[in-house]
Amino acid sequence: MLGLSVEQLRADMNRLLAILFHQGVLDEQFLQLQQLQDESSPNFVSEVVTIYFHESEKLLRNLRALLVDKELSDYKKMGIHLNQLMGSSSSIGAQRLRNVCAAFRAASELNNRPGCLRALELLEYEYCYLKNKLHEFFQIEQQRMLAAAVRYPAPQQHRNNPQG
Amino acid sequence: MNGLEAETQFHVLAVDDSIIDRKLIERLLKTSSYQVTAVESGVKALEFLGLLDEEEDDDFSNSNCQRVEVNLIITDYSMPSITGYDLLRKIKKSTSLKDIPVVIMSSENVPSRINSCLEHGAEEFFLKPVRQSDVNKLRPHLMRGKKDIPNINKRKPVEECLSPDRTRTRLNHDLE
Repeated sequence: MLGLSVEQLRADMNRLLAILFHQGVLDEQFLQLQQLQDESSPNFVSEVVTIYFHESEKLLRNLRALLVDKELSDYKKMGIHLNQLMGSSSSIGAQRLRNVCAAFRAASELNNRPGCLRALELLEYEYCYLKNKLHEFFQIEQQRMLAAAVRYPAPQQHRNNPQG
Repeated sequence: MNGLEAETQFHVLAVDDSIIDRKLIERLLKTSSYQVTAVESGVKALEFLGLLDEEEDDDFSNSNCQRVEVNLIITDYSMPSITGYDLLRKIKKSTSLKDIPVVIMSSENVPSRINSCLEHGAEEFFLKPVRQSDVNKLRPHLMRGKKDIPNINKRKPVEECLSPDRTRTRLNHDLE
């Protein structure tokens, strides 16, 4: 692992991000998150994304529980969960998830149960995909940080080192 | 920026029921070197501001002295129980707090909602997700609030209400 260079790992990260942007999975808001990360808050993005994962999983479970009940589907409550999921997805730049939430919400407003079920399946799928990709992203980032630490072990680092 | 401004630390109260958005706005505000208190509801905000048990009229000047100074309040619009709009109205009705600038955030672009907030005294309305460029717009409002100086030289030119970008600014601060 440490044999991989910092540059190579950074390129891997960028390539992964480029794919996710190209696929419309992530949007510019994710970049905004990255810009908020610095020495004073070095794990900001992964912290936010971790909170997002916890919250989203809870909301997805709630949505499934609401839809499973064939007798009475509480569409209003679904709407509340969806608004939450939509908002947080938008805040981290999870564009595709946000869009699926919007479609789901439209179906729930029409009390369209089959439509809601379809949307939930899609939501769960997209969520899994995003979670896997972001885990991959953070793993590479961790490796890069480790590699950079090994490379510059001295406490007095040159902050403006172009290779950092 | 003169030396006096460099010493000033502004304190912003952020209100949002979403933990992610709270974390985001807190980080955004801190990168602008503002002190931040982030709370999860309008009720907690009122508590922090000392408005919860008070009637509008404050004869109890002692409680006012103990309160932490807040230079700006930025709140989400859609919250369970007390909305950002409700919070705005309560603040503007309070003799002790009505001069604190209030900014509203919302994930939904509803013109009637935006107009209503601006008409009732909100300085700005930001569409979520809020970005650094939005937070940069807070400074003139903070400058105006902190020092009781007529705002002539302190403000940048105010944006037109009909600007196509993601924020709306209230005109005519002089009419306060």
